[in-house]
Amino acid sequence: MEPSIPQSFDSVAPSRTGWRRFGRATLIFVVLIGVLAGLGTFTFGYGKGASYLSNDPLTCINCHAMQGQYDSWQHSSHHHVAVCNDCHLPHDAIGKWVTKADNGFFHSLAFTLGNYKDPIQIKPRNKRVTQSTCVDCHKDFVHSMLPAVKGEDMQSCVHCHADVGHAQR
Amino acid sequence: MESKKSRGFGLLIVLTALVAMATVGVVGLLVNIFERKQEARKPFVRLVEVNEVSTDPEPWGVNFPLQYESYLRTADTERTEYGGNHAFTPSKLKQDPWLTRLYDGYAFSVDYREARGHAYMLHDQEVTKRVTDFKQAGACLHCHASIIPTYRRIGLEQAGEEVSEAKLAEGFNQEAVMAGFRAVSRKPYEEVYAELLKTHDGVTKAADGDPHMGSAHPVSCIDCHDPDSMKIRVTRPGFIDGIAKLARSDDPVPHLPSIQKWRDSGSETPYDPNTDATRQELRSFVCGQCHVEYYCANKMTLTFPWGNGLKVEDLEQEWDETEFPDDGGEFYDFVHKETGTKVYKAQHPEFELWSQGIHARAGVSCSDCHMPYEKQGATKVSSHWVRSPMLNINKACQTCHNVSETELQARVDTIQDRTRALIDRAAIAMTEMLDAIVMAQENGATEAQLKPIRDLQRKAMWRLDYISSENSKGFHADQEAARILGESIDYSRQAQAAAYKLGWKANDSESNEVATK
Repeated sequence: MEPSIPQSFDSVAPSRTGWRRFGRATLIFVVLIGVLAGLGTFTFGYGKGASYLSNDPLTCINCHAMQGQYDSWQHSSHHHVAVCNDCHLPHDAIGKWVTKADNGFFHSLAFTLGNYKDPIQIKPRNKRVTQSTCVDCHKDFVHSMLPAVKGEDMQSCVHCHADVGHAQR
Repeated sequence: MESKKSRGFGLLIVLTALVAMATVGVVGLLVNIFERKQEARKPFVRLVEVNEVSTDPEPWGVNFPLQYESYLRTADTERTEYGGNHAFTPSKLKQDPWLTRLYDGYAFSVDYREARGHAYMLHDQEVTKRVTDFKQAGACLHCHASIIPTYRRIGLEQAGEEVSEAKLAEGFNQEAVMAGFRAVSRKPYEEVYAELLKTHDGVTKAADGDPHMGSAHPVSCIDCHDPDSMKIRVTRPGFIDGIAKLARSDDPVPHLPSIQKWRDSGSETPYDPNTDATRQELRSFVCGQCHVEYYCANKMTLTFPWGNGLKVEDLEQEWDETEFPDDGGEFYDFVHKETGTKVYKAQHPEFELWSQGIHARAGVSCSDCHMPYEKQGATKVSSHWVRSPMLNINKACQTCHNVSETELQARVDTIQDRTRALIDRAAIAMTEMLDAIVMAQENGATEAQLKPIRDLQRKAMWRLDYISSENSKGFHADQEAARILGESIDYSRQAQAAAYKLGWKANDSESNEVATK
């Protein structure tokens, strides 16, 4: 950034060129920002941050908390047609990213603090998501069983079809 | 100009501090991710050699720190409403005074307390009045101590072999273990305890002039695991004899498929759990080595009564058919002091009752609920903190049951409360039966007249004792527990009615008055 032409040579000391112009404090700040950016970038890469923006089921076992779920999905009947995100994220664009962000944050928080239940348990919100994705793919076949008024109470698909996503132990 | 500059400087300081804090957070996260990734590595390194004399669990703990740490927690004293661990182990006799009448004439009527964790099993046996104030058999140590190397040593000594630590450490040598077991089972408790101290434990070394070469340990790693391969195994002679008898019986054992397989194969050699059983079966068998009904006194060797099957009446039938080897007299555990009837004492038939329940049918082993798997980092470890599943509902139950913890707790409470209510009713029936029998005896009923009543009394007391001594308050098989208690009430009332009739016959004039007492 070139300095604007000074009004007079007196107002700016001729020696205060380059980094000296910003002062020592600014320098420290800038260095710290740089360290933070570097560490942040490294951590993002080391923690496979970019994978969380993908649909890859391997992302879900970046940490080992869901290894069992991943293993049982591989043996399940849906293995060939659906990955984790197909059942656990809403099928509309906004809902998908909101849910991804919500789960991403709370899952990382739980795993970092280590205070989650094991066997892990699905939350009510995610249960509703799963139900909506079941229906979304199978609606042509099951429409006659769906409630007449949207949002009315209905039996959960996985109550009976418990092993379609995660094969029975 | 000057103040503007210092304001700008102050802002810069604040911003710098914020960035520094953010950096600390990012570094913290980085380190956490690093640690989590390290967890996923295989943690097992064999640092210390353990062998067949390593009854001290400590060296095992060097190799298997995760299992060892949880094993040490069996010294913790959390408890559930029904049983479990307790620092002061309240007396069951105070809680249920009818137990004193049930066990009248038997050591249990003097001291009978709630059990504590595995860590206390040897110590609590050493201090109970049942052992300090009464003569007990060495057979008690079959389950309470890590005694197998002692059995092996005695077995080898009897065969005329010289026994060094190296010789004892060589291998399991089932033949010598069985021989040693049969040799000491009927000897006095103190004598066998002294033998225990003479056996090497892999850690304690004999000081000069000190005859003790080891130290007595409660059951530890070696009692359930092969020191070379860490495979689960059965070590207890009582169980090895008992399960072989069960296999030879025609009891349907749908929950133990390897026994059916052994029967179908027409095998000539006895059923051997260590070669025939599946790993999942062994996860119950290791517990069934001790958590069973058995005879454990000095008139015959330690016996598991499984020759007819595992149901309460199968065990009863075996005791009915048993005679003591020395005098040929009919089998009994103790003479009931108040009534003079020879009766059976049920121990704690957890394995047998579990065998009648839905969890056994579904292939769920003891370990699945009492030693559930838990993640330690990325490693799956079976918790060696053996305890009530009710203290660990998430890991113990929710692996299979997709309902809330409160709902699961409520289901168990329902079963246990119902069983408890039936126990209370059976206890009332039992005490009223005892009153009636005492009355008939006071009115001069003859031994011949009393014989059928005594048989009913034995059946009633056996069944009540069977469920009240069993450590699940009916949970291991709820319908079976209710059936057994129902039978107990029926037998008690039958005996009571028969005794009343005798009372009337023996003493007509006072009959009505006595009968309504």
